[in-house]
Amino acid sequence: MNDTISRFSRAAYIAMVAFALIVAALVAAPWWGSVATERLIGEFMVYLALATLWNLLAGYAGLVSVGQQAFVGFGAYVVFSLALLAGWNPLFAVPVAGLTCALLAIPVARLVFRLQGAYFAIGTWVVAEVFRLVFAQVSALGGGSGKSMPAGVVKLIAESKFWREATIYWLALALGVGALAIAYGLLRSRLGLALTAIRDSETASVSLGIRIERVKLAVYVLVAGFTGMIGALFALQKIRISPDAAFSVNDWTAIVIFIVVIGGIGALEGPIVGAIVYFLLREFLADLGSIYLLILGALGIVMMLAAPKGVWGFVAGRYGLSLFPTGYRVQSGR
Amino acid sequence: MTEPLLTVEGLEAYYGDARALHGVSFSLEPGQTLALIGSNGAGKSTLLKSICGLVTQKRGRIVYRGADIAGQAANAIVTRGIALVPEGRRLFPSLTVEENLQLGGKVRRPGPWSLAAIYELFPVLRERRRQLAPLLSGGQQQMVAIGRALMSNPDLILLDELSLGLAPVVIRDIYDLLPRIVGNGLTAILVEQDVTRALNSASRFLCMQEGRVALAGEPAAHSREDITRAYFGT
Amino acid sequence: MEWMNAIVQGVLVGGLYALFAAGLSLIFGVMRLVNIAHGDLIVAAAYLAWVIINATGLPALASLVLVLPIAAAAGYLLQLAIFNRVLGKDILPPLLVSFGLSVILQNGLLVMFTVDSHKLHAGALETGSFELMPGIDIGYFPLLTFATAIAAILGLQVMFYHTALGRAFRATSDDAEIALLMGLDTRKIYATAMAICMAVVALAGVFLAIRSNFDPFMGPGRLIFGFEAVIIGGLGNLWGTLVGGVALGVAQGLGAEIDPGWQVLAGHLAFLAMLALRPRGLFPRMAG
Repeated sequence: MNDTISRFSRAAYIAMVAFALIVAALVAAPWWGSVATERLIGEFMVYLALATLWNLLAGYAGLVSVGQQAFVGFGAYVVFSLALLAGWNPLFAVPVAGLTCALLAIPVARLVFRLQGAYFAIGTWVVAEVFRLVFAQVSALGGGSGKSMPAGVVKLIAESKFWREATIYWLALALGVGALAIAYGLLRSRLGLALTAIRDSETASVSLGIRIERVKLAVYVLVAGFTGMIGALFALQKIRISPDAAFSVNDWTAIVIFIVVIGGIGALEGPIVGAIVYFLLREFLADLGSIYLLILGALGIVMMLAAPKGVWGFVAGRYGLSLFPTGYRVQSGR
Repeated sequence: MTEPLLTVEGLEAYYGDARALHGVSFSLEPGQTLALIGSNGAGKSTLLKSICGLVTQKRGRIVYRGADIAGQAANAIVTRGIALVPEGRRLFPSLTVEENLQLGGKVRRPGPWSLAAIYELFPVLRERRRQLAPLLSGGQQQMVAIGRALMSNPDLILLDELSLGLAPVVIRDIYDLLPRIVGNGLTAILVEQDVTRALNSASRFLCMQEGRVALAGEPAAHSREDITRAYFGT
Repeated sequence: MEWMNAIVQGVLVGGLYALFAAGLSLIFGVMRLVNIAHGDLIVAAAYLAWVIINATGLPALASLVLVLPIAAAAGYLLQLAIFNRVLGKDILPPLLVSFGLSVILQNGLLVMFTVDSHKLHAGALETGSFELMPGIDIGYFPLLTFATAIAAILGLQVMFYHTALGRAFRATSDDAEIALLMGLDTRKIYATAMAICMAVVALAGVFLAIRSNFDPFMGPGRLIFGFEAVIIGGLGNLWGTLVGGVALGVAQGLGAEIDPGWQVLAGHLAFLAMLALRPRGLFPRMAG
């Protein structure tokens, strides 16, 4: 009997092709869709990226952060500072935002990694609060009430509104697809193997010689950098910044956590499913205001009690699906 | 012939998907001491844990005093009179010696054992009663573990690897006290790596191999070769 | 002298922070659970008191007679119905469940009571003070809060180390499996611990509500203060938590002296400094 070991099942092949087609269609959106459509898809991509990154941190590296808004806000403020104070083209500031956030993540990690488990989570929240309070004191950037980007700088992104919206949209698309691609590539690499081992059992991975602290730091820094770029994008979209919006727990963390919980933690497909569910729920229920948020919270709890692996985990478990194969399959030959 | 105190029928036990016991059956008369021997991984501890309710994934029957306790929770089973001296002692590290014993006596049943009686059996514990459990030597911890189990005045005591990690002279001291422990008609199942000791302390034995009963009977009625063969599964 | 006064007031508010933290510390000690909704429960207790006072006309502190048992019962049920089902080796489920609970509480309170802030009033007790020395006034209410914190922690310590229930808590925390063999129903033990935690939460909520305005979104801030007090003081040590609360209060007071906008930030910075210099806190008793 010849058994072959491969990465892909048929379902995965089909998914890859479908994925490529969808991305191609999305890239063309500025021409077939309205500005509102671009913004909606752009928002979807942002949350998809944030959720994918949070999933990498929490679902794989075991780092449950309730403070990623620290890097979203910081990235946004980097772009704002460079644009406002140095007249930079905001687009060029985006990678700078990512880089500075990655560097900033190193000393932050050195502090918060001293806490374990849920205390680590709250610690990251405190760091985000420190950022928020500090930026609220910087009057050059608008202090507590915030500031708008000057019109001249905004025009540097692109002269016409069409191209401005398109550019920001493509950036969002790039971040969303990029986050998935990076996460996928990461998990297929040696670092990813280490991460999956850590996800499955920390004690066992230590005994195998995996330098857990190093791996966790690497993931934390990588995620922080990417999150910073998402914050930069947020600055481009809103044209106006304030500490409360940039560092908001509810906007950046609560929704992301909900998406990952509903979709499924510890699986790459989870955030995609979760984001779709979230946007559908928002479409139909957001008019209910606070009751809508109440429902989200209750759904999250019910999910953790009844289906802790989320919608995707439940479905994939039943049917053995994997659209983003990061493991290996044994196919028995004849 | 008296009713058996304990009858185990076709017991299967699982840890997740892994099956650790494959249909174990035996019965135990009141007052008997049953030695449970077998190599590592044979299922001896799993059998004890299944009886006292710590292993919950089970199939089969465990009939104790006429009632099937296989589906009951561990904290209910102990009130019926089954106590475990766990492998590795597993004393509560945040509690003192006396607090460990007192907690053992939380389940109140009629019988000869009390704090005073335990201190009489193990006088060194009275001296150390206010010390935190982890500060004691291995042998003393074993005494606390035994005392803790006795405090609930069980009718069936399960002793899991009393000699684990202890020096030979300490093991001897503890086994010298075994008759006083099981003296008052207490039924016991004794899991022990040291086969000679086990067979010398018991009226009956069960030899397990890979989750099954390989040989059972009275120690005197079987030859060394028989037992060795059953032990190693050759 | 203003600095002295800032320190003294900071010490007194530390009592309130210790009340925030004590329940958090207890629950973590017994079941390794960190309840993200802890602060929101404190705020919910404040609202409960407000509702009871409006309905019965009871004086503010006296409302505790009703708030405390109701909160304790709610905690017991919460643990049995929800938290017991997610306790285990994985830290993610309890954390995410408590996060969901936090969202539910904040939005539920918003729907029931709108975003307006409220306050409980305790008359002369609230406003009265005596002069310790020129420039330093000791308010009766902050002093009472501090005394209550000491009494609560003392009560918890006595319970934990000198009663059968406390023995059961410690045993269950050490080894829940063997605790079963002692005849303990671990589910009920956890529920009882949560009930006691909620009793302290009720105290914290009422004292918070008398001291200052409260609104549906104050929860996370109180959680963070309680958490900082626990970490600064050291894990597993309730008296340490009191010291942690005092340290936090003093740091905040000094920060406010420099600039009112610096108050909360100064507390956070003190916490981060402790994390950097002495990660286990001032008086640690257990590993995280």
